[in-house]
Amino acid sequence: MAEIAVHMTRRLAGLSKWCRRNPITALGFGIIVGLGILGLLAPLIAPYDPYALNPREKMQAPSLNHLFGTGIFGEDIFSRVLYGIRIDFGIGLGAVAIGLFTGSTVGVIAGYYGGRIDEVCMRLMDIVAAFPGFILAMAIAGVLGPSIPNLIIAIAVVNVPVYARLSRSRFLVIRSSLYALAARGVGASDVRILAWHLLPNSLAPIFVQSTLQCGWAILDAAGLSFIGLGVRLPTPEWGVMIGLGAPRIITGQWWISFFPGLAIAITVMGFNLIGDGLQDLLDPRRK
Amino acid sequence: MKPLLEVTGLSKHYPVRTKLWKFRNLVAADDVSLTVQAGETLAIVGESGSGKSTVGKCILRLEAPTSGHVVLDGQPISELSEVEVRSLRAQMQMVYQDPLESLNPRHKVGKLVAEPLLLHGIVSRKEVRKRVSELFHLVGLGSEHIDRYAHTLSGGQQQRVGIARALATSPKLLVLDEPTSALDVSVEAQILNLLQDLQRRMKLAFLLISHDLAVVSMLADRVAVMYLGQIVETGPTRDILASGYHPYSRALVSATPVDHPHQRKVRIALDGEPTSPIDPPQHCRLEPRCPFALPVCREQVADLKQAEERRFTRCIRFNREHVNGSWDPDASVQPGIAKPRAG
Repeated sequence: MAEIAVHMTRRLAGLSKWCRRNPITALGFGIIVGLGILGLLAPLIAPYDPYALNPREKMQAPSLNHLFGTGIFGEDIFSRVLYGIRIDFGIGLGAVAIGLFTGSTVGVIAGYYGGRIDEVCMRLMDIVAAFPGFILAMAIAGVLGPSIPNLIIAIAVVNVPVYARLSRSRFLVIRSSLYALAARGVGASDVRILAWHLLPNSLAPIFVQSTLQCGWAILDAAGLSFIGLGVRLPTPEWGVMIGLGAPRIITGQWWISFFPGLAIAITVMGFNLIGDGLQDLLDPRRK
Repeated sequence: MKPLLEVTGLSKHYPVRTKLWKFRNLVAADDVSLTVQAGETLAIVGESGSGKSTVGKCILRLEAPTSGHVVLDGQPISELSEVEVRSLRAQMQMVYQDPLESLNPRHKVGKLVAEPLLLHGIVSRKEVRKRVSELFHLVGLGSEHIDRYAHTLSGGQQQRVGIARALATSPKLLVLDEPTSALDVSVEAQILNLLQDLQRRMKLAFLLISHDLAVVSMLADRVAVMYLGQIVETGPTRDILASGYHPYSRALVSATPVDHPHQRKVRIALDGEPTSPIDPPQHCRLEPRCPFALPVCREQVADLKQAEERRFTRCIRFNREHVNGSWDPDASVQPGIAKPRAG
């Protein structure tokens, strides 16, 4: 463990230097880390209870009292957007984590054993991938019923083939690499080659993909909630909030949908910027 | 004296799908037999695709031979299970053609050199760094290189790491698979000197796989010439390079550039491309390209026969005509082919 710690501190030291050279990626990191901190500190920052309704102050335009205005029940949009970070990040990261774990397990098994096992695994993945992602997520969320865990599962399932294919193709390439052969030559066992030689070399593209998928997962979560298949009211989830405000846009109360929408846009952009930058960061040959 | 390495009848076939349901055999190595004495260097030479690397990998059990026996220092390598071979790998190591590709890009080179030490329990975890540092010095690297990644080292340094890793377990046999072909000429000489020096100091046996006859003449005591998976001639390096008996050996030697443009040299040109190694003919494999071929070469199986002490040749004409002294390949070459190389 100490080894890993030393490794990480060195990586971090390199990171700060690298940030100065790659301001765009650093911006992505800044956005996500910043939003994460805001979400964690939501109870301290939020001026109002996100669940509190105040019919006397409903649908007020943004002001110093209510930074992002208030919604149709008089709820404070700013507080709800802040708490929404917790919900949406949670769903996004949870879905990606489950999808990543399941998908890469399937991919590594398929890539390592090959043959019939490979065929079966990958054809199953093809079946899942054959449906448009969002439609499949809708179907799964619809069958399971609207709740946060079900939403996470629905989005995770859609993500599984992405990771399975990625990790399989990566494994196929590095399995026949010369350093894998050389490792066998010095007497390493299969398990050691797999864990110490191959796995570290297959993680980088998977990490990059998962950051990009994080953005998409949050978008999917918001989309499903928007059409009523995801999180329910009164949970402060961005998609639900947009859905609530959507009919009010034409009557002039734009802020009800606008600010949660902006939060989604910034988050997705942040994750995408990170994803592109990680590609360079995690490649030891491009440091 | 019992040889350190004894290979008998080693063959390696790869099934190749030629049509959807039809498989044919790609013969990468066919009935290869050779011996290497302790401290000796045997070079396997031949053109690309002649199966020399396959032989090396089969001997080290990095690939499973289709048939044949490999005995290293009394241990039947080819008969043991994968797990049993693993513990014997300490005695036989390989230096790879592409040093960068053979070193894991995610681990520091010191870790890679430490790996065999720890795997075979040669030193304890506490002493491993000291031993790695000794190995680095042995191959001419400094301790400052231990914590570097392979891609930050030069090609020569990478190959030195590869050699240090191979030497970590004090092996008896080192298979050198084109050890310098990925390096600059200036670095090549250093690596060859290092290998020569290490061989003398550690009494290593080398199996050198190369197509570069300059490297071969510098390192090898004996040469085995391979063509399409078969050994066509073996003998002492000097003899083979000066006067090969087999037409292919002569062609190979005559294909290397001469030192001076005015120097005259008999060129033995082979016609066309190498024959396909997929289901090769039973008779002499060089016959379709050989300038000396006679009808008899198509009719009989060419066997590896002893020509003189320590020299074996797989050529029907040579083995027949050498006995009565009528074999003179230089005389039978068309005069038109014997011309000075263009300067």
